[in-house]
Amino acid sequence: MDFDPFVLARIQFAANISFHILFPTITIGLCWVLLYFRLRFTFSGDKAWEYAYFFWVKIFALSFALGVVSGITMSFQFGTNWPGFMERAGNIAGPLLGYEVLTAFFLEASFLGIMLFGKERVSNRTHLVASSLVALGTTASAFWILSLNSWMQTPAGYRIEEGVLFVESWWEVIFNPSFPYRLAHMLNASLLTVAFLIMGVSAWRALRQVDGPATWKVMRTGALMAAVLAPLQVFIGDLHGLNTLEHQPAKVAAMEGIWETERGAPLTLFGFPDEEEKTTHLAIKIPKLASLILTHELDGEVKGLNEFGDDIPPVAPVFWSFRVMVGVGVLMVLVGWWATWALFRRREENAEAHAWLLRVLSVMAFSGWVAVLAGWYVTEIGRQPWVVDGVLRTADVVADHSAATVMGTLLGYVGLYAFLLVSYVGALRYLATKPARSLSLMPQQRTMHDSEITAGEN
Amino acid sequence: MDLAYWLPLFFAGAMGLALLIYVLLDGYDLGIGMLLPFASDEEKDVMVAAIGPFWDANETWIVLGVGILLIAFPQAHSIVLTSLYLPVTLMLMGLILRGVAFDFRVKAGDARKAMWNRLFALGSLVASVCQGWMVGAYVTGLTGDTTSTLFAAMIALTLPALYIMLGAAWLLIKTEGELFRKAIRWGRLAVFPMGAGLLLVSVATPLVSPAIADKWFSLPNAIGLLPIPLSTAVAYAGLIWIFHSKQILFNGYGWLAFVALSVICVMASIGLGYSLFPEIIIGQLTLWEAASATESLLFTFWGAIIALPAIIGYTIFIYRVFRGKATALSYE
Repeated sequence: MDFDPFVLARIQFAANISFHILFPTITIGLCWVLLYFRLRFTFSGDKAWEYAYFFWVKIFALSFALGVVSGITMSFQFGTNWPGFMERAGNIAGPLLGYEVLTAFFLEASFLGIMLFGKERVSNRTHLVASSLVALGTTASAFWILSLNSWMQTPAGYRIEEGVLFVESWWEVIFNPSFPYRLAHMLNASLLTVAFLIMGVSAWRALRQVDGPATWKVMRTGALMAAVLAPLQVFIGDLHGLNTLEHQPAKVAAMEGIWETERGAPLTLFGFPDEEEKTTHLAIKIPKLASLILTHELDGEVKGLNEFGDDIPPVAPVFWSFRVMVGVGVLMVLVGWWATWALFRRREENAEAHAWLLRVLSVMAFSGWVAVLAGWYVTEIGRQPWVVDGVLRTADVVADHSAATVMGTLLGYVGLYAFLLVSYVGALRYLATKPARSLSLMPQQRTMHDSEITAGEN
Repeated sequence: MDLAYWLPLFFAGAMGLALLIYVLLDGYDLGIGMLLPFASDEEKDVMVAAIGPFWDANETWIVLGVGILLIAFPQAHSIVLTSLYLPVTLMLMGLILRGVAFDFRVKAGDARKAMWNRLFALGSLVASVCQGWMVGAYVTGLTGDTTSTLFAAMIALTLPALYIMLGAAWLLIKTEGELFRKAIRWGRLAVFPMGAGLLLVSVATPLVSPAIADKWFSLPNAIGLLPIPLSTAVAYAGLIWIFHSKQILFNGYGWLAFVALSVICVMASIGLGYSLFPEIIIGQLTLWEAASATESLLFTFWGAIIALPAIIGYTIFIYRVFRGKATALSYE
C-alpha cells in the first residue's frame, strides 16, 4: 500500500473531530434553549412550553450521548496518533485538557442524570439548577477546548527549552490573542445551528401536519434567534478575520486565494486556486474589496501566499471551505430575517399560510452543521503545515504506525460514524413524525383522536 | 517540600483512584450491558433504567484517568497509547456503540430496538475485553511477546467476568422480583470464572514478570503484602456466601455483594500499584522521568484539589437522588 501514514493519520483525526463537533455544536446551544423553555413554562404556566421542552430534551439527550462518546475518542487520539504533540507541548495542552475534564466534563455528565431523569425526584428549583449546571458545564467545556485550540493557532506565554515547551504565563496561554474571537464565533455558531435546527424540525412537522401550538412557539423562538444571531455572526467573523490577518496572514491569503502581496487587493468571489502554478484560475474579482474587508482601508496591503515560501496551507480546501461557510452564513441572515418577518406578521399557525418558508426552513435544518464544519476546515487546514503555529510541525509529532494499521482503524471509524449519522438523522425524523402532544391544548379543530394525541410527542 | 518529588506522586495516586472508581462504576454498567441478552424485553428496560442516570458520569472517570496520564506523564501517555493502538481503538468503538445504544434503543423506533439492544451488549463486551487486554499488556511492560500476549488474553477474559459480577451485584441493589432472582443466578454462575481468573492472574503475574516477582517475594516485603491476598480471599469467600444466603439477599442486604467486590478491586489496585511503583512503565520509565514540568503540574494540582472533592460530593448527591429500586426512565 503506498498511502502515506501521515496523511492517513490526519484524515483519521479530521474524521474523528468532524464527527465529534457536530454534536457539541448542538448541545452547547440547545441546553440554553431548553433552559429558556423551562423558564417560560415556570413563569407562564403555559403547558406548550413544557411540551416543547419534553420534545427537545429527547433530542438533546441523544445528541449529548453522541458528543460524549465521540469526545472520549478524541481524548485518546492525541496519544494514539499524535504522541509528539503531548511530548513537546504537553506542559501546556495537558493542563488545559485537564481543567476541561475537572470543571466541565464531570459537571455536565453528572447533572445530566438529574436533568434528564430526575424531574420527579427533585424539586422544580433543584431541577432548574441541575439544568443550568449542565448548560454551564457544556459552555465551560467549550471555553477550555477553544482556549487550547486558539493557543495552537496563536501560541503565547511559553518558552522553549531543548525542543520542549514550558509555560511562562498561564494568563497569556489561556487568553491568547485569537481566543476571545474564536470562543465568541463558536458559541454563537452553536446557538445559530440550534436556531436553524429547531426551526427546521418544526417546519418539517408543520408540513407533515403533525404540529401543535408548541411547534410554532419553538419555530418563532428559532426565527428570532436567527434574525439576531446571524448578523451578529457576520460581525464576529469579521473581527476574527482581522485577528487572523494579524497573526496568521498565510491562512488569510489562502482563504482569499491571493498569491502576490498587493495594495488595494481585489476580492476573489470564485476561482480555482492552483498551487503548482501559484495562481487562481478563472477568478471573478471585485476591485479593492479584499483590502477593504481585511484592513478596512481601500488601499490596505494584503500579503500574498508567495511571501511565505513553502510554509503555506493547502490552498484550495481552505479557499473553498471559506466560501461555503460565508455562503451559508449569508443565507442564514436572509432566511432568519424572512422567517421572523413572516412568522410574527402573520400569526396563523398552519402550513398553508407559510408553505414556502416552511420548505426552505426544513431544507436548512442542518445548515449550521455545514457552516460549522466548513469554518473549522478553514481554520484547521489553514494552520498547516503547523500543529502549533510557527512552533511545531504536524509532520514532526505523528505516531510511527504503518499505513495499513491507520487505514484499517480509519475505515472502522468512518464506517461506524456513517452508520451513527444515518441513525441519528433517522431517529430525529422518527421523533418528529409523531403527532405533537401540544395538540391536546387546542380546541378540537382537527380530526385527530385524543388517543393519538396523547401517545404522541411535544 | 520538594514539589518535583511529591507532585508526580500525587498525580499517580489520583490516576490510580480515578481508574479504580472507573472499574467499579462503569464496571457495573458494562456488566449489565453484557447480561442484557439473557433478560426478557421488559427486564432489559429495567436493567437499562438501573444504569441510565449514572453511566455518563461513570464513563467520565476513564477520561479523567487517561487525562491525568496525559497531563502529568505525557511521555508515558504516548508510549502506552501508541503501543495499545488496536485495543484502544476497539475499546473506543465498543464504548461508542454502548453509549449511543442507550438513546437509540428507545428513540429510533420499536422496529430497531432489538438491534440496538444487541449493539448495547456487543459494545459492552468489546469494551470490557479490550480493557482487560490493555491491563494485561500494560502489566507485562508493553513488550508484545508470546508470554505477555497469553497473559493479556487471560486478563481479557477475567475482567469481563469481574464486570458481570459487578453488574449482577448492582442489579441486587436496583431491582426486585424475577429480575432480582435472575441477578442472583447470574452472580452464582459468574463468581467461579471470576475467581479462577483472578487466581490465575495472581499466579501468572510473578511468572511473566521477574521484576514483579522480586517485589512480591523478597523479605520483609512479602509479610507486609500478606493482608492483600488474605483480605481478597476473605472478600471472595464472603461474595460466594452472600450470593447463596437467602437471609442476606432477601432482607435488603444485597448491597454487601457490591461491597465485597469493591474490596477485591481495591486490593487488586493496591497490589498493582505496589508492583509497578516507582515505575510507570515497567523496565522503561519511572514516574519522575515521565512527569511534566513542575509548574504545569502545580497549576493542575490547584484545580484538582478543588474540583475532585466537588466531583465526589455531587456524585454522592446524584446517587442519593436516584437511590432505591430502579423505576422506568422518564424525562417528565
